[in-house]
Amino acid sequence: MTPLLDVRDLVVRHGSRTTVDQVSFEIAPGETLGLIGPSGCGKSSTAMAVLQLRRPDSGEVWFDGRELTSLDERRLRPLRPAMQPVFQDPYGSLSPRHRIRDAIAEPLRVQGSWDSASGPERVAELLEQVGLDPSHGDRRPHELSGGQCQRAGIARALACGPKLLVLDEPVSALDPSLRAGILNLLAELQERLGLGYLFICHDMALVRHFCDRVAEMRDGRLVRTAPLP
Amino acid sequence: MNPEVLLSVQDLHVSFGAVEAVRGLSFDVREGEVLAVVGESGAGKSLTARALLGMPPREATVTGSVRMGSYELVGARHSVRAALWGRRLALVPQDALSALSPVHPVADQLAAAVRSVDRVSRKAARARAVAALEEVGIAADQARAYPHEFSGGMRQRAVIAMAMLHSPALVVADEPTTAQDPETQRQILDLLAHRSEATGTTLVLVTHDLPTVREHADRVLVMYAGRLVEEGPVEEVFARPRAPYTAGLLASAPRKGRGAVTSSGSAAGRDQPQRTRRQRLPSIPGTPPNPSDLPLGCAFAPRCPLADATRCRTERPEPETHDGRTVACHRWRELPDHPAELFLESV
Repeated sequence: MTPLLDVRDLVVRHGSRTTVDQVSFEIAPGETLGLIGPSGCGKSSTAMAVLQLRRPDSGEVWFDGRELTSLDERRLRPLRPAMQPVFQDPYGSLSPRHRIRDAIAEPLRVQGSWDSASGPERVAELLEQVGLDPSHGDRRPHELSGGQCQRAGIARALACGPKLLVLDEPVSALDPSLRAGILNLLAELQERLGLGYLFICHDMALVRHFCDRVAEMRDGRLVRTAPLP
Repeated sequence: MNPEVLLSVQDLHVSFGAVEAVRGLSFDVREGEVLAVVGESGAGKSLTARALLGMPPREATVTGSVRMGSYELVGARHSVRAALWGRRLALVPQDALSALSPVHPVADQLAAAVRSVDRVSRKAARARAVAALEEVGIAADQARAYPHEFSGGMRQRAVIAMAMLHSPALVVADEPTTAQDPETQRQILDLLAHRSEATGTTLVLVTHDLPTVREHADRVLVMYAGRLVEEGPVEEVFARPRAPYTAGLLASAPRKGRGAVTSSGSAAGRDQPQRTRRQRLPSIPGTPPNPSDLPLGCAFAPRCPLADATRCRTERPEPETHDGRTVACHRWRELPDHPAELFLESV
């Protein structure tokens, strides 16, 4: 099967420092790759470069059969909905001034797929899909718990109909009793929607539980890629 | 039998106006042990730590008793508390960067801490500061550096050195490794354990990280919504928790070397790439309560798979002690042998 994501010799430089150095990996549809390593080793820089939120300095990113680094912003734009990030800080990734339902509707509006007749229904459906009550849509982030906010962030990522989610430490900022719930939700969504996950994490026990394969980074380089037994 | 009690907490309450964050907490810290205080954000563990040191936030109201030998720390005058700080009691703070002054070299700050307790010459104080830093692995030629020139791990080691300067009887470490990656975390905790053993210091370790507790603590105190849920020797509590909340926390944390924590089913076929996704982690439903709007009975009842509709909802469970273990739950005797199963259904 052709991989959903195929990253080849990715390089990201910040000034004279090379934060991502010749990194290559693949992710198949429905597969979870754990990216692990100490803080500052380049995990998040890799994620940003994969998503083309920061254009890599060299290397190729093949996503769903297209090479992204050679595309200009105009050509890239129609492909962006298919790859969505979920960030670590559930409050920081939602605007404090937007109600949850507006935050989830925004990607639909930006994509031009908002329809005032069916839109609200779609938002309610997304809320339900991540285990939130439709009434949560009327609230603002500070009125929700960290776990509920993270669910809203996942709903927003799903709004675009993605094929790949880049999960940058999605549970490390959450209280321990809420983490398992979010992980179970992500596992369920993956099963149902066949999503590929790039799961960034620095907790090996979590990666072992959650991922199919693990890639370990150190000082910007990939030192090891291995399947998990 | 039991080692001597170093510090005794009785019916501790900490409140901010009408909101009670610590609601009647009693426990002992015994000499030479490592006691872990575990809880989620808002459980009151950091406030408890501050109260142990006699340094609660200014706007907090504290009642109850924290006794250390002949000293009562609740309501003590500043001069009394200041006489204990450094010599008998010390804090390893969560955020080492804001605990250190940005405008003085690190060694100077340790030297000042030496002179705040001992009347020695500047030169002697400096020498002790440099020696203390060397003991935590910071070389003498780095001691002149400013905090911002240190890595997070080095700063944390420096504040550990500062806390240990006068070999205090009790060190309270308030989430000392929260912001660090696992390798640094392990180094810091090993260092803390090693230094407190070397100086004969008792350690209270405040954390929400269960693997840390398993590895480093002798006893564990689990808090939920400002109250004690369970307390006892780490090995026993981890092997056979009595409170449903503890059981849920333990069940929902993935453990090293295992796919998922299920007590019954075993790991599915090894060659199946989808193995991990087929196994759901047990999880605690719902969210931690808001301290200003607590349920009437047991604070955990709304999330508890064992809770009944009567007593658990109306009457607060009081801590009861059996066989050296304390639990506050009406139904702890009914907790099944494999409590993880209780938490499997909820997604």
